[in-house]
Amino acid sequence: MIHFFSSHFATLSHEFWPLLVGGLATGFIYAMVAIGYTLVYGVLRLINFAHSEVFMSGGFASFFLMKWLIGSSTPNATETVLYLIAGVLVGGFAGAAVATTLERVAYRPLRRRNAPKLAYLISAIGASYFIFNLAAKEFGRINFAMASPFINHPLFTIFGAQVYMYYVIILIVGSIMLVSLDRLVATSKLGRSIRAVAQDAETASLMGVNIDRTIALTFILGGFLGGAAGYLYGLSFGVVYTMGFTPALKAFTAAVLGGIGNLRGAVIGGLLLGVVESMAVAFVNGAYIDVVAFAVLVLVLLFRPTGILGERLGRTA
Amino acid sequence: MKNFFSSPLVKRVGAMVALWATVTVMTGPPGNPAQPALGFTSSFSERVSFFGLFPTPRGVLFAALGLILAGIVVLYRRILHTPVQRAKASIVPTYQSISAKRSVRGSWYAAALVVAIMLPHVVTDPFWQSAMVSQIAIYTLLAIGLNVVVGFAGLLDLGFVAFYAIGAYVTAWVTGALPIGAPFHHVIDPFWAIPIAIVFVMIAGVLLGVPTLRLRGDYLAIVTLGFGEIIFLFANNLYGITGGSTGTNQIPFLSFHMGPIKYLWGLDPAPYYYLTLGFVVLFLIIFSSLEHSRVGRAWVAIREDEVAAESLGIYPLKYKVMAFAIGAASAGFAGVITASQTLFVSPPTFSLTFSINILVLVIFGGMGSIVGVVVGGVVIQGFVVYMIQSPPAWYNPADLYMYLGALLVVMMIFRPAGLIPSRRRLREVLQVESGVARDQLTTHMGPHNRVEEDLA
Repeated sequence: MIHFFSSHFATLSHEFWPLLVGGLATGFIYAMVAIGYTLVYGVLRLINFAHSEVFMSGGFASFFLMKWLIGSSTPNATETVLYLIAGVLVGGFAGAAVATTLERVAYRPLRRRNAPKLAYLISAIGASYFIFNLAAKEFGRINFAMASPFINHPLFTIFGAQVYMYYVIILIVGSIMLVSLDRLVATSKLGRSIRAVAQDAETASLMGVNIDRTIALTFILGGFLGGAAGYLYGLSFGVVYTMGFTPALKAFTAAVLGGIGNLRGAVIGGLLLGVVESMAVAFVNGAYIDVVAFAVLVLVLLFRPTGILGERLGRTA
Repeated sequence: MKNFFSSPLVKRVGAMVALWATVTVMTGPPGNPAQPALGFTSSFSERVSFFGLFPTPRGVLFAALGLILAGIVVLYRRILHTPVQRAKASIVPTYQSISAKRSVRGSWYAAALVVAIMLPHVVTDPFWQSAMVSQIAIYTLLAIGLNVVVGFAGLLDLGFVAFYAIGAYVTAWVTGALPIGAPFHHVIDPFWAIPIAIVFVMIAGVLLGVPTLRLRGDYLAIVTLGFGEIIFLFANNLYGITGGSTGTNQIPFLSFHMGPIKYLWGLDPAPYYYLTLGFVVLFLIIFSSLEHSRVGRAWVAIREDEVAAESLGIYPLKYKVMAFAIGAASAGFAGVITASQTLFVSPPTFSLTFSINILVLVIFGGMGSIVGVVVGGVVIQGFVVYMIQSPPAWYNPADLYMYLGALLVVMMIFRPAGLIPSRRRLREVLQVESGVARDQLTTHMGPHNRVEEDLA
């Protein structure tokens, strides 16, 4: 037993920095998806089960864009930057488009009727199944490797850990988007209306906030980040119609871990989950790596259901 | 411009155009990975025969069909079903005593049972005979079980398939078909796998339920979903115990052997059908008497208002765990039948999509309505099997879940209580929607929190 742990810790201490770097990169992707859950939870008090398909649509849209832009050419430095920006934007807009459609079709009719919570969940699950199976039908049921606008070579090393181009890109894109979202919600008029609706929608509407518009914009914001995350994820893992399921489940875990409804919590939860999962490789057989995130989810829900930073917006009931 | 887009007519036309495009793409030819837009464009432009008359693009055909349908609806509303008639229909009472209603209902049930018993003699096509067990009876049984959890207790369990998997794997285990070997090196008569599997599954239900059922509804859905995936992962990877991704194909047919009575279920699906039918009836009787018992009333109380129920002395966790375990029992039995009829178990059978399929049956039939769920199971699965056997040109069985997903959304928008609603459920939905019991509403009822710090 002691030997078991000491050998695993030896692996961990030896591989600590590479695992940390890789974990943080994954964590940024989780954080970007988790924002979508947390924003929607904030204004609607419900978990957007179909967010995984927002992620998937972003991945597919940018996949086709990359294929069309790059083809078999090798982009130069300027093109790399331009293509990356284009990929993030197209992935983000596709995600936003799917998210608003979702809100319009699967949620708004129920909201008009004040439907019970179970109805939202079921409607979202149905929408999710519809979207990813439609993607399967239209694009095929195989994993497509995405044409990459850059060559993934190590740029520099930290404590012996090689930091690859891919990680740096995720770090840059992720931080820009997360910080600007945070500022947007904290300072802009739109952000103020989102916070007002999250506080108390009835009062907000009395104060002149257009609730429908605010909710739609919340879906757009969350969808944009989710779609862009789908692009970043697809760069490394390729795109396939079921690609949303596992990352979305983990991002949801991240949102709960940080405290659902809490934007910064989602970021902290995402990064933490990415690192934990990455470190767990030293202890857990690779086939069960998905169990780790799930175990984290169950433990958090059982022992601290409000997450690390607390559930800022939510009622506890 | 803004007024234009928010006018009801424009909105309605827009919705109809969107519906038309969606249906056209859904039923259109599959796309091509190399040309992503091809599937969409050819869905509209592909030429099909217009009712066997002349070839026309599919888009036009669907538009024509939609217009005809809309015309029928308008005619029905204008001519046959005027507001006066509608109002009259709602106030004219039906002079039928409760006992008379009951006896009418009883004879309906008896008739349905007779039809179900006669069915294998009427339907002799081997494909349908086999499908009646593996696709219809088993699925209906599972739906009846999930109905206890989702319908009676109001808990969304997305990992229901896990119990089904446990039932099947326990069968393989006690008959010595798994690499791990039979328990205590003693292979038993497969028939006894039924009670053993049911006991195991109920224990699993309690083990899963006790920690997770404290969570609120949406969290519970995700956690059960994860549980289903974990059972799948273990079944798929524990080669030494479950046989891994290939599973096992060493399971014997069911056999019953006690004293002088011997019976062997074989290749013929009919005996399996009768066994399953017997258990369906048994579970129906048990579940419907539970529904009207103290336990069933406790479930309703918890579902409608957990806090109020608790203050009346109902311990929610206890009844929720009961719902989990009792609902799981039918899944355990279904697992035994599946394993011993198909003679093999392997992980792909027990994926998440299966849980969703069962959920669709429950939702379509009507949450909490036992009759509804049975009808939903038979109708949907019968239709699915029919579409597998003789698919029309526009349907590819691989796209089944696309249609089921769309069905879920449509049901939730237009008929949330299901095809044959349970009266209590219908009342609840209407009540919540009309604003009674506001605490249950999901939207916008948050307490007044600190204004500035939130989200910032």
